[in-house]
Amino acid sequence: MYDAIIIGAGVVGCAVAQHLAKYNGKFAVIDRMEDVADGASKANSGIVHAGFDAHPGTEKARMNVKGAQMYPELAASMGVPYSQPGALVLAFSESDRPTIENLLAQSVANGVPGCRILEKDEILKMEPNTNPEVVCALYAPTSGLVSPYEMTCALADSACENGTDFILSNPVLEVKPTADGNWMVLCEHDEYKTRAVINCAGNGSGVIHNMISPKKVRLIARRGQYYLLDHTEDMPFKMTMFQCPTKMGKGVLVSPTTHGNTLLGPTAEDIDNNNDVSTTADGLADILKAVKLTWPGMNTRNTITTFSGIRAHEENGDFVIGKTEGAPEGAFEAVGVESPGLSSAPAIGQELGDTVAAFLGLDKKTDWKAPTPLPKSFRNMTNEERAEAYAQNKEYGALVCRCEQVTEAEIRAAIRRPVGARSIDGVKRRTRAGMGRCQGGFCSPRVLEILCEETGMNPTEVTKCGGASRLLVGTLHQIAKEARPDEN
Amino acid sequence: MKTEIAPIFVDVLIVGAGPAGLAAAISAKNAGVESLIVLEREQNAGGILRQCIHNGFGLHRFKEELTGPEYAQRDINTAKEMGIDIRTGVTVLSVTKDKEVTAISREYGLQIFKAKSVVLAMGCRERPRGALATPGTRCAGIYSAGTAQKFVNLEGFMPGRRVVILGSGDIGLIMARRMTLQGAKVLACVELMPYSSGLNRNIVQCLQDYNIPLYLSHTVVDIQGKERLTGVTVAKVDENRRPIPGTEIQFDCDTLLLSVGLIPENELTIGAGVDMCRTTNGAVVDDCLQTSIPGIFACGNVLHVHDLVDFVSEESTKAGKAAAEFAMGTVYTGRAINVKEGAGAMGVVPQIIRMNEGEHAPVNVMFRPRAVMQNPYIVIRADGKLVMSKKQMICAPGEMINVTLKPEHLAMMQDAAEVEVSVTTEKPE
Repeated sequence: MYDAIIIGAGVVGCAVAQHLAKYNGKFAVIDRMEDVADGASKANSGIVHAGFDAHPGTEKARMNVKGAQMYPELAASMGVPYSQPGALVLAFSESDRPTIENLLAQSVANGVPGCRILEKDEILKMEPNTNPEVVCALYAPTSGLVSPYEMTCALADSACENGTDFILSNPVLEVKPTADGNWMVLCEHDEYKTRAVINCAGNGSGVIHNMISPKKVRLIARRGQYYLLDHTEDMPFKMTMFQCPTKMGKGVLVSPTTHGNTLLGPTAEDIDNNNDVSTTADGLADILKAVKLTWPGMNTRNTITTFSGIRAHEENGDFVIGKTEGAPEGAFEAVGVESPGLSSAPAIGQELGDTVAAFLGLDKKTDWKAPTPLPKSFRNMTNEERAEAYAQNKEYGALVCRCEQVTEAEIRAAIRRPVGARSIDGVKRRTRAGMGRCQGGFCSPRVLEILCEETGMNPTEVTKCGGASRLLVGTLHQIAKEARPDEN
Repeated sequence: MKTEIAPIFVDVLIVGAGPAGLAAAISAKNAGVESLIVLEREQNAGGILRQCIHNGFGLHRFKEELTGPEYAQRDINTAKEMGIDIRTGVTVLSVTKDKEVTAISREYGLQIFKAKSVVLAMGCRERPRGALATPGTRCAGIYSAGTAQKFVNLEGFMPGRRVVILGSGDIGLIMARRMTLQGAKVLACVELMPYSSGLNRNIVQCLQDYNIPLYLSHTVVDIQGKERLTGVTVAKVDENRRPIPGTEIQFDCDTLLLSVGLIPENELTIGAGVDMCRTTNGAVVDDCLQTSIPGIFACGNVLHVHDLVDFVSEESTKAGKAAAEFAMGTVYTGRAINVKEGAGAMGVVPQIIRMNEGEHAPVNVMFRPRAVMQNPYIVIRADGKLVMSKKQMICAPGEMINVTLKPEHLAMMQDAAEVEVSVTTEKPE
């Protein structure tokens, strides 16, 4: 029996797991996908919001500000890319000025440091590619960037290293209280008994909540589509460039990523199917139209890819965090965690982790192992550091992904991590191999080979992202035989 | 403590041992350079030819039909016989304007070369699905045609059973035939433009011979499949290449191969600070294949995407010779004449012709027509004055036009400021 089972291996679930693993107890994280960070945690803006957007007094505001404060130290302790380039919220007409003033007032009420209003000249001086029609902007110097999937992977590794089980590719079908006051989590492949259950299931969190509580919640799947542009010498913007928020969200942004790419998006469309992460022609066109307002010189020649993620929007618009209201004892949740969910995750992890530990009466571990920071990536090393890395491990000499300069040493290390990569996408998220301009065209056959060498898989078993997403359908002989069974 | 990396001095350093790098190396060695190193990131020399197991290579150069590996092997053998130092498994990380080349390999670790001249011969890469912003899911089963070719021809695995091919570039056409022969069903080849971008012989031999339909002026408008591809929707496009509602055709398939363009792989070139050309996506070069940085040369598909390897070898032979001469002290200082893309022409190489002292060797000017034209004239003018014109039966963007400027033509442009290349259906004056 587990002390606690966390449902959902996104950034929130992994943050809870990472914190809970500081306590003595037996914990598990369960997810339907084959890897952590495989939902909204891999497909979002990657921004650690300063905290001026959320209305004062909401859970969103409180968690955002607290989470954002935790990020610099937490990310550094794990070696996860994080930077703080700041952000601008742009107003393109005087009629938008009150919105900007209101955001400033919210920043003060929420305790966000250093925000101020900039006028046109100063904006154009800081970000010369901004539309000169700009009137004024809110400047938030503490707005940060983080690699959301790398953060999630690192949190998962830390939890795993401290004894937490990760049960992946195993969808939760039912959660129910047992007669002896515990919980049963029924999955597709197994069932697990636990004293406490923590629902961090993102878009699925509403379904799980409603299984165990008569007090129903309603989640709206709000899709956001993006364009990702290649990293180039001259990035269009150094800061995250927002437009004025609307009732659907923070609007379309143009932002650098921690890796120097440029991100355009997201859209905000309410959809029926909370798994539908396809992109649409209309959605993609809407992004470009909106981006032109911020960036009239928009250049999408270096587009690497387009993608979408789904926000779990709770109909009342706030996070629902803590004990699951209306459910029997031992049920906890983080429901409706949409933006600023990534920013809030460390705070949610800490608070929810402590709440659950207190409920279970657990003590802190005396032998808790602090996270091992991820090594610097080969791409970011100096020549001296590269020579040194090679001296330690010759596999640093074998470059596998030319676009992002990822070496064989790094790919093997990603597979060997505590919660290691088991798919092409898993390797991509942990190392950036295949994340670049050729989108894995050159390196995927070699990555597949290394995955086989490391895990003992057969090449035809290797998937892009788990389940039926196999890359190869058979050997030449098998398929030819299938097509012409009479021939030898 | 800092690790000191002692530089390695070399006369000519060639980046890439595909057909371009090999031809440049052989030519440089023939020109008399002793100190010459070729760096290749793959484990074997030969470049993309290694996976092109079909025939049709070498008709111009060797007057016989070879497979890709056979074509490459001839140059590899020659290079070996000449004692050329080809180092495989070595990836170049950067090239500077001072011709300092940083590379890493499992065998040698991090190395810094200081070269007198550098030949860039990195080839090209395929445009991936992401770059097209095609709507739909991001499931498994979508490959660029060359990646699928590698899986099939070098690894021995099939990437799918029911295939749609988007784009009619040569690799896509070749893969339509290859997948069919190997037992897959190729349902369609879909081309956005009203004409194919591939060679005509490949349309006939790879599609028509196997009854694979070619849908011109069509594109993929939706991709379906949660984990593995389950289908694509294809629609007709209007003259602005926008899908026409109501023309959708649904294909149930597990594989989508993309053959939607090749992009010269110029990250090292850009990193060195070489001037780039927007229409070729390669460096701006003169008729010696020298870039804007003296002593840095570029040739083959990294310079501009060729249709035939024979012309890659021809161009690279010139680049190798010029790089050798530069390393041995020749400086190209002749007056530069800009070669401009006129009406109907795009991607002209070289972009500069240097009027060096004395008799000028013939200059090959290569470019593509912007559209399919019947009975076009290929016209070259210097400062508006007709230098030469040549009538063809047909031209298409899929087939590069190659015009040789002979000494008498070059004499006519001796004092010109600018040369213009155009393709027109009107007979020039």
